[in-house]
Amino acid sequence: MSASSSMQGHSVPASGMDNTVESPGQRAPLVLGTGDFHTVTNQVCRVTEHPNVPMAWYIAFGVSLALLGGLGVAVTYLIFTGVGVWGLNNPVMWAFDITNFVFWVGIGHAGTLISAILFLFRQKWRTGINRFAEAMTIFAVICAGLFPGIHVGRVWFAYWLFPIPNQMEMWPQFRSPLLWDVFAVGTYFTVSLVFWYIGLIPDLATLRDRAKGTIQQFAYGLFALGWRGSARHWHRYEVAYLLLAALATPLVLSVHSVVSFDFAVSQLPGWHTTIFPPYFVAGAIFSGFAMVASLAVPARELFGLKDIITMRHLDNMNKVILVTGCMVGYAYSMEFFIAWYSGAPYEQFAFINRAFGQYWWAYWIMVSCNVITPQLFWFKKVRTSIPAMFILSLFVNVGMWFERFVIIVSSLANDFLPSSWDQFIPTWVDIATMLGAFGLFGVLFLLFCRYLPMIAIAEVKGVMPEASPHWEGYAKGHGSHGHGSHGHHGGAPAGSQPALQDPRTGQP
Amino acid sequence: MSRFLFPRWSNAVLPLVAVGGAIAPLYIVFLIAYAWSPKTIEVGYKPAQPVPYSHALHVGQLGLDCRYCHTTVDRAAHASVPATQTCMNCHTQVQKDSPRLKPVRESYESGRSVLWTRVHDLPDYSYFDHSAHVNRGVSCVECHGRIDQMEVVQKAAPMSMGWCLECHRNPTDNLRPLDRITQLSWDQRTEMTAEEREALKKLYHINPSENCSTCHR
Repeated sequence: MSASSSMQGHSVPASGMDNTVESPGQRAPLVLGTGDFHTVTNQVCRVTEHPNVPMAWYIAFGVSLALLGGLGVAVTYLIFTGVGVWGLNNPVMWAFDITNFVFWVGIGHAGTLISAILFLFRQKWRTGINRFAEAMTIFAVICAGLFPGIHVGRVWFAYWLFPIPNQMEMWPQFRSPLLWDVFAVGTYFTVSLVFWYIGLIPDLATLRDRAKGTIQQFAYGLFALGWRGSARHWHRYEVAYLLLAALATPLVLSVHSVVSFDFAVSQLPGWHTTIFPPYFVAGAIFSGFAMVASLAVPARELFGLKDIITMRHLDNMNKVILVTGCMVGYAYSMEFFIAWYSGAPYEQFAFINRAFGQYWWAYWIMVSCNVITPQLFWFKKVRTSIPAMFILSLFVNVGMWFERFVIIVSSLANDFLPSSWDQFIPTWVDIATMLGAFGLFGVLFLLFCRYLPMIAIAEVKGVMPEASPHWEGYAKGHGSHGHGSHGHHGGAPAGSQPALQDPRTGQP
Repeated sequence: MSRFLFPRWSNAVLPLVAVGGAIAPLYIVFLIAYAWSPKTIEVGYKPAQPVPYSHALHVGQLGLDCRYCHTTVDRAAHASVPATQTCMNCHTQVQKDSPRLKPVRESYESGRSVLWTRVHDLPDYSYFDHSAHVNRGVSCVECHGRIDQMEVVQKAAPMSMGWCLECHRNPTDNLRPLDRITQLSWDQRTEMTAEEREALKKLYHINPSENCSTCHR
């Protein structure tokens, strides 16, 4: 991380304070360092303003761009040739395509959980990670949306997914979960995008006001929509944010439930399972939090954000990973129990085949990464160890990808009729498309890190002690001068809004 | 502190942007539903032909039967375009020196076909059988319009999937007795009662399928 030292510049190094300790009667600080409001603004804005980008960013961007190029080649080849370039066959007519779709849709769910559900439950630690978790959601849904679009084969007819009156007088099958999927994912993307953007507006205004270049001033100014940080602006912002949080909350549960219906509503043993909706939702949050951890750990190192994304945040995320990992493990075992309890021979075969059949290795990768290794998070030493949590979160990402692969491919490959059994072997196009989706995600995410505020500046300020009217600093007169007390909402002209009225400080 | 401020006129633009944003999805739906439809872009297609053959003259005035030229229409899926020989049956005697018939005479001498421009071209993935329709009471006019009045043949119906389905769902009004099949000026909607058409449907065992594989085989 030597390259990042240039970025960190004059930043306050992460203090030695351990804010993962719970001490009764006292809330652990969520922002470390000696930072006041202005320091937080500086720390976050510096990432987008600093002319020197860490070398690691360039390397990651180059790799992502190369993978994205591979995606372009693979998808172009697919479109011009047909889905036969994938390793699909009969009976395995869904494989990497839908595996990737479900994987990416699932990833997104952590962002919505953090931004909406944790907001409604007043989990203040969400403020440190919600912005880039939401960005992750949006980019993940973009990656997910790619796959249904291209797996239909004739992409120029992808608009058939939508119920639009047409010359054929044909409509999508309204009784099919595949159509519900279109609505679920479409709604999810729209609401997530609007929610993310509304949250960005005050911070975009901050960047606008700090920008030196005319282009930056115009670009940030355009998207800040004329935000000036007046009390009326904040009032409306808060109402809109709360409403959108309420709107996004059911989506955390509904979207992946509907995705699970793609399988559960069918008759195939291994898919036709009532446990799927809650099991998929738990898995989605599990994989999403793992992805947030995989992104947050390098990001806070690289861009000097350790005071804002503190060890407590990471500890909390690891606890969520542990809990949801256990839920997923419960679902795995319950599937086997029900297969035995049902007395249905096909159901029993599907699960024995899953664990010991031709895809046994995929099954056991899934179990190892999703159920066994996350158990290490019971130990606080592991939960607060950067290398350990990074590696474990990558394991979860791998495991959750394999979970979808196992569900889809092993169930299809050995269906009711042994004469039609087959094996799926991915082609180079399959692999280039899978890796390319990671490239697309990486490019979008790295551009986001570079040009937009990675941390919700205004929201983080709301959970700092300085935001409390009873903050002792005011009595000592610390807040009465300098940059600490006013203009902390970025766009607010100096003195237009007293710090005491920060709308995030609903409670002490 | 310099900052970007929206100019005052942008306040006036805001409602336009909002209205535009609200209308845009409807506009896309309208484009797909109407502007892309063959009803809009294909009906009235009227290409110039190498020979200015007039159906209005040959069919409307002289009274040639459709089947005199399109010989396979009641026996095969495809309604054949006549060979040059068919033209020359008469034109060795009639108008044999007309300059407008030059391509026909050239074709007759060289043995190479006249390169007619196709007017009705169904996609390769849709199966259509002329004989199945004209032998069961569906007249030429139902799909091709009043060919007997056309100087230059043009596409009279959209021939879209929805248009096919309209008749397959409710065929009764388009049925007529078999001896009137090629009589384009005759209209069963005025000449027959609904009960009579309904009786024809029973008589001919008309039970049109809406199954995908009926047309997409």
